[in-house]
Amino acid sequence: MTRTTRTTRALAVSSGALVALLALSACGSRTDDEASGPSAEGSCVETDGDSVKIGFLNSLSGTMAISEQTVRDSLDLAAKEINAAGGVLGKQLTVVGEDGQSEPTVFAEKAEKLIKSDCVAAVFGGWTSSSRKAMLPVFEDNDALLFYPVQYEGLEASPNIFYTGATTNQQIIPGMDYLKEQGVTKVFLVGSDYVFPRTANKEIIAYAGANGIEIVGEEYAPLGHTDFSTIVTKLKGSGAQAVFNTLNGDSNVAFFKEYKNVGLTAETVPVVSVSIAEEEVGGIGVDNIVGQLTAWNYYQTVESPENEKFVAAFKAEYGDDRVTSDPMEAAYTSLYLWKGMVEKAKSFAVADVQAAADGVSFDAPEGTVTVNGDNHHIAKTALIGKIDADGLIYPVWESDGPIEPDPFLEGYEWAEGLS
Amino acid sequence: MSALWSNERARLLVGIGAAGLLLFVVAPNVLSDFRLNLLAKFICLAMVAVGIGLAWGRGGMLTLGQGVFFGLGGYLMAMHLKLADAGPDGVPDFMLLYGDGTVPAWWEPMRSPVVTILAILLLPAGLAALLGLAVFKRRVRGAYFAILSQALAAAFVILLIGQQKVTGGTNGLNGFRSFFGFSLADPVNKEMLYYIAAGTLLVMVLTVRLIMRSRYGELLVAVRDQENRVRFLGYDPALVKVLAYTVAALFAAIGGALFAPVVGIISPADVGVVPSIAFLVGVAIGGRATLLGPVIGSLAVSWAETSLSERFPSFWTYFLGGLFILVVAFLPDGLATVGRLRLGRRSSSDEPAGPDTSDEPAPADDEHDEATATAGRTA
Amino acid sequence: MDALVSQLFAGLSLGSVLLLAALGLALTFGQMGVINMAHGEFMMAGAYTAFVVQKVVADAGVSLLVSLVIGFLVGGLLGLLLEVTLISRMYHRPLDTLLVTFGVALVLQQLARDVFGAPNVDVRAPAWLSGAVQVLGVGVPRTRLFILALAVLAVVAMALALKLTPLGRRIRATVANRDLAETAGISTRATDRLTFFLGSGVAGVAGVALTLLGSIGPTLGTAYIVDAFLVVVVGGIGQLKGAVIAAFGLGLLQAGIEYSSTASIAKVLVFVIIVAFLQVRPQGLVAVRTRSLA
Repeated sequence: MTRTTRTTRALAVSSGALVALLALSACGSRTDDEASGPSAEGSCVETDGDSVKIGFLNSLSGTMAISEQTVRDSLDLAAKEINAAGGVLGKQLTVVGEDGQSEPTVFAEKAEKLIKSDCVAAVFGGWTSSSRKAMLPVFEDNDALLFYPVQYEGLEASPNIFYTGATTNQQIIPGMDYLKEQGVTKVFLVGSDYVFPRTANKEIIAYAGANGIEIVGEEYAPLGHTDFSTIVTKLKGSGAQAVFNTLNGDSNVAFFKEYKNVGLTAETVPVVSVSIAEEEVGGIGVDNIVGQLTAWNYYQTVESPENEKFVAAFKAEYGDDRVTSDPMEAAYTSLYLWKGMVEKAKSFAVADVQAAADGVSFDAPEGTVTVNGDNHHIAKTALIGKIDADGLIYPVWESDGPIEPDPFLEGYEWAEGLS
Repeated sequence: MSALWSNERARLLVGIGAAGLLLFVVAPNVLSDFRLNLLAKFICLAMVAVGIGLAWGRGGMLTLGQGVFFGLGGYLMAMHLKLADAGPDGVPDFMLLYGDGTVPAWWEPMRSPVVTILAILLLPAGLAALLGLAVFKRRVRGAYFAILSQALAAAFVILLIGQQKVTGGTNGLNGFRSFFGFSLADPVNKEMLYYIAAGTLLVMVLTVRLIMRSRYGELLVAVRDQENRVRFLGYDPALVKVLAYTVAALFAAIGGALFAPVVGIISPADVGVVPSIAFLVGVAIGGRATLLGPVIGSLAVSWAETSLSERFPSFWTYFLGGLFILVVAFLPDGLATVGRLRLGRRSSSDEPAGPDTSDEPAPADDEHDEATATAGRTA
Repeated sequence: MDALVSQLFAGLSLGSVLLLAALGLALTFGQMGVINMAHGEFMMAGAYTAFVVQKVVADAGVSLLVSLVIGFLVGGLLGLLLEVTLISRMYHRPLDTLLVTFGVALVLQQLARDVFGAPNVDVRAPAWLSGAVQVLGVGVPRTRLFILALAVLAVVAMALALKLTPLGRRIRATVANRDLAETAGISTRATDRLTFFLGSGVAGVAGVALTLLGSIGPTLGTAYIVDAFLVVVVGGIGQLKGAVIAAFGLGLLQAGIEYSSTASIAKVLVFVIIVAFLQVRPQGLVAVRTRSLA
């Protein structure tokens, strides 16, 4: 008798919990469905009202939050500015923010949510290559738009993505051009063990072969690696005149501390880094990295009225101690470029925006940038910068005007057979 | 005895019926395509939880490395999907970009759907069996086993990331177009994937139920609680543990294999040290030694993470950490105990609770007697 | 020859870092059987202590020395708090301590993120630690020598404390046989707390030392926790000697393989070697003989 009641109760409790759970998730979805209407097929973007939704998708938690939070800040700033100036096609922007949690699968999931449930007109965000690769099929399958604001390894051109950061011929190759101009003939490559450094180094090796530069070493450290004594030992013994550094995140701190401690300096063997921006300098310690070089398309110190306005607005919004960096600027620019495309197309529809994209330009803080309608990247000027004792980076070299984007390096003879 | 038997049967049938109704009728009708796909993802994660419930809750093996088996299953499936997308003799896109444009020999067998499915079912389980034999035979257990399994997950991830040309590196494998010939862009096929996942989960839960009630299930609990006594009785505890560990690995592999097409990506971020521990969270919260606890706990945690983290990313971490601390420290049998407490059926309240001591959760007590009854009947 | 010597130092230096990270664990896990996943976060707390101290004490040299002391106290007090509130309830459930402390680790990381911000912070190294000294013809960074010395000092201090002081005797007695120790009039509760305080304090010291080498951020501890546990497991439970041999052994192994291949391969190979090693000696390098069956 007791047994019967016990088992029944146990069953009641467990099935009750299951029902409650599903009821909860059902509630969660019902509100979304009301917004989207019953037919989820095709675009569900609402453009009849006086506002239009856009999505911001950045990691606000997890390991990438450090970097991506800054991008979110500058996206928010751009949205605020645009709304204050009358919106896009007379419609105010309503931002739906999502957290990518530094995980590619979450990026894919949230991208789908933004497109299908929130019905946003375009999504802005992503940082790591893996997050972009994870989102790409989602945007292609649903025929939606993603604006991706970070320099990356190239070899991609999706009709559904606009790449507002640099591709390799706007960052890596100018970096090598600079070293070549300085008369460097022996370069050591050090990078984190993942897609961007490996691809970048493949291109650097091809470039070096065609330009009489010898690659005296190529080393990869696992992501998050914190002990660089062996790699720096190899580097020191290699006779390198310069280092090309594609390390990512925390590894840079350990690398530069070790580099300084064994007595290597910016004067003897300069390091060109492509993943260290203003934001990271403080964490590495200015003492450890002063005088070293970086390759980007924007620095806070760029002298132009547009940049002064951007920096002032950013500091007014988030505080005087904040700095602006290349990915932040590229994100800020991406929102204005989308605005330009929409206004040129006089439509929010994905196909119209894609058709109008070619030639849309914007006087960005980094200088004037123009969208390439074929590969959806933008033409931008390359800047080699030097890290100063005040923690900022000052340009010391720039390319002859904006460089046309060439994600597959088709315009470079030495790059044949790379992709 | 016969009344008990029929009650038992009825309970099982009602349980299956209710779960089936929820998963196959209610959920697909209530949820949008997007939410249904999300539920499918959660279900895949719950499969891992079911296995952990068996290995850890019933067998006392705290495995911090289920991500390895989950990842193996996922990657094996993903390899097939990439090859299938590339067409006969085709080369997956990422290999053209990052590799030398040729398919390595060990990828080739995955062109065949049959080989792929066999590999998913056999490889991870086989690895688990080998590893389990090696480790448990040497009587490595408890904390040692936990730390070893964690190191394994760490090594697995480094290996995956380092071999970008053949594994896709940090990007993992993604961009699948079809699933055994069905286009993944079509919502109908996504729904089919959901049904497959839901059905698989039901089968797994039933399997674990069978195991829990078998003589073997009794033996497993006995090994957990008093390994040496079991040894003295003439059994080999290592073999008992290996079996449960292998089943857990198999479930994790199947979960991973379905996860890849459901989510559209499998990457090192899904299989490392942290996701491996994350698998445990739901199990611990739901009630590790119970049948449904791991499943419900895992689903609830996944759901809560998705809906809470977007609004309060930093609050979510506190909430998850706090809940984890409270449940494990004060309710070691998970939230399943709360129901029992409320119903005033707290047993042996003076004893410290927890599977490492003598106290057993009440549902397990039920199963004790019933399993003996079943065994007696079949014998 | 130069390469050999410099790799030798790289290995010893890596070993000393591992040893510092693992020493506290050797006490809390090795002696008490508590698997403290928040140990890495105690290291993080030590590193942030160095950051805060440097804000107050401008001189980098003085602040480093002050930080070592305060870092020990911060780590120790955090450990004490953890022991009193949670771990003391769970000595009979060692595996559950792993999970609980994982939750604690999550919370502490988020706390650091909210208090100090997500970006890394910087702690300046004192002038007398910058640059390298020539040893056997190769330049060895002073910071690395400092950490090597600190690790050796910490081990010696702990070994002496365990061997010679009354507290050490109480700890050893409690570990050897809790009930007998209790019968002999030792307050095992107080001993547990002190042991945990000591072990966690060493984590704080390790954190301060690590500011000389790497980044200081909320996830600092996660980079070391797996390796640190492996050191203790390989070394064998209950003996400092084992942890010392294991730390330097693993450090040399990692550095040696890394020199002839890559860092990734070295890491994977070291893991594989550890698993294989535990097949041969599941009790670790140095084992305490007991009558237990396992």
